[in-house]
Amino acid sequence: MTLSPRNTLSLSRADRQLAAVLRLCALLAVVVVLLILLFLFGESWPILSHVPVWRFLSDDSWHPGQALYDMSPMLTATVLSSAGALLLAVPLGIASALFSSYYASPGLAAVYRRLIELLAGIPSVVYGFWGLTTLAPLLGQWHPPGVSLLSATLVLALMVLPTVALTAEAALLAVPQHYYRCAAALGLSRWSSLVGVVLPAARTGIIAGALLAAARAIGETMAVLMVAGNVVQMPHSLFDSVRTLTANIALEMAYAMGDHRAALFVSGLALMVLVLALVGLADAYKGQAAHD
Amino acid sequence: MNPFLLDSELPADPNSAEAQQNAYTLGPIQAGPACCEPTPLISVEALSLSYAGKPALSDISLDIYQGCITALIGPSGCGKTSFLSALNRLTDLIPGCRVSGRIHYKSRDIHATGQDVQGLRRDIGMIFQKPTPFPLSIRRNIELPLREHGMRHAADLEQRVQQVLQDVGLWAEVKDRLDAPAQALSGGQQQRLCIARALALQPKVLLMDEPCSALDPLSSGVVEDLIQSLRGRYTVVIVTHNLAQARRIANYAGFFWVGEQAGCLVEFGRCRQIFETPRHELTAAYVNGARG
Ligand SMILES: Nc1ncnc2c1ncn2[C@@H]1O[C@H](COP(=O)(O)OP(=O)(O)OP(=O)(O)O)[C@@H](O)[C@H]1O
Ligand SMILES: [Mg+2]
Repeated sequence: MTLSPRNTLSLSRADRQLAAVLRLCALLAVVVVLLILLFLFGESWPILSHVPVWRFLSDDSWHPGQALYDMSPMLTATVLSSAGALLLAVPLGIASALFSSYYASPGLAAVYRRLIELLAGIPSVVYGFWGLTTLAPLLGQWHPPGVSLLSATLVLALMVLPTVALTAEAALLAVPQHYYRCAAALGLSRWSSLVGVVLPAARTGIIAGALLAAARAIGETMAVLMVAGNVVQMPHSLFDSVRTLTANIALEMAYAMGDHRAALFVSGLALMVLVLALVGLADAYKGQAAHD
Repeated sequence: MNPFLLDSELPADPNSAEAQQNAYTLGPIQAGPACCEPTPLISVEALSLSYAGKPALSDISLDIYQGCITALIGPSGCGKTSFLSALNRLTDLIPGCRVSGRIHYKSRDIHATGQDVQGLRRDIGMIFQKPTPFPLSIRRNIELPLREHGMRHAADLEQRVQQVLQDVGLWAEVKDRLDAPAQALSGGQQQRLCIARALALQPKVLLMDEPCSALDPLSSGVVEDLIQSLRGRYTVVIVTHNLAQARRIANYAGFFWVGEQAGCLVEFGRCRQIFETPRHELTAAYVNGARG
């Protein structure tokens, strides 16, 4: 048995009532997640009952009208664009957090923080607009068609950057000031104090933020729909048009019927599983970090 | 007779040849030749310090003698920590902290502009009240500052790590788990690790801010013995609220007091003189436990 405040403190009556309410809320959240999973599963059942699961990855193409259900190009597009976005956003986000908490003057840091918060609040469709009217044409001049995996990745990176930056900054602020003083007292430069001591101390929070950003990137629909080109094909370069799973659902849901509709629910289920796997990964990491 | 009068190192007459010789060469480890003249290593002249315009120290002048242990005592809030921080320019990290006056170390003014602050902090190390191992392994804790100061070869690093851990008496306890997280050590072990980390840089001066006050009496005793053993090899300035400890280990003592607005140095001299024949009545009252 572990000693945690939960089982060492005796609870007063008010505490017990609060605990009951909180437990109810937690239960509600769990029930909602389970219901959604159940719903997705129920809606996909018509096709899952007669089409084996592996066919969703190994069919020749995505032509639901002809009973061909290969989702692997779209799954690849989702994974690649999200991974690429994280690859860009995580280093930039950490750099931004370091800048505002250790390099900028207090005044500048406050203004900068507002700016990042504003960036976090921009609706995704606005990012999509900007990508469609500005970024994609620009990329198109360099390497047509412009609407491509690259533009989707860049727009996604911009979208999740504030998430990474804000969570990383919160993690940095939670590191005791004392570490930095100690590192300075050993003659470490500001940069090596940050890289050698402060970032390792903040790594759990930073990684949690990055996983949150990953979930957001995977789930993003509108902005990606507007800039990715939406051609169902396995991308061979960054400049190929792609269609992500989320975009596919948004594009086809309106007219899908029967097995086609059920297949779209299967892709929703796949997205859900992907995100749950990420959350599980985050938990496993946290558990491991707690043992360190 | 006073029961704490254990410092057999200091003979009754402070002017005798023996007293002068013993002033800073006694201790279990005798490095270097026994010197006869105490030579000032750090000279502080008319040091004043303020936080955001609020004075914290005014007009402090004293000499820190090479190879000796100098204890600084005084009530809470009289500026002892601030004084130590001024000696290795950790005050630079506090926004709004102003230092005036001169601190000479190796015939240069350490608060002059253009000083090599990192080099200075390497020469003048600091140990804090709260043991602060970084969230890294035991080995990495010691290697990090060494690498920063240019030691790259694995063999050199390995050898230095072993040597300083032996110096602080931690080697036997941790030699099998050098790669375990340092934060898993006990408080006393952590503090000795912090001392080892500072010693690894081969500083000339060690500033210690209440190094034993967060430790239990046994660990405190171990650390105190360790500090004793540094005499002669290093110049130690230690802040302590434990008067008996100051009396046991120090060669020189300084008594700080909160004056009208800011902390000031009431009396500075040989440890024995401060404790037995204080010139100032405040000192007498404080060391006899009547005030403060
Ligand atoms: N970072 C800071 N900002 C503003 N004021 C400070 C700061 N640090 C210390 N002070 C003030 O300076 C004065 C001296 O503080 P200092 O910490 O040097 O005292 P001290 O002698 O070390 O006390 P203690 O024995 O409790 O550690 C106090 O009045 C304190 O409020
Ligand atoms: Mg203090």
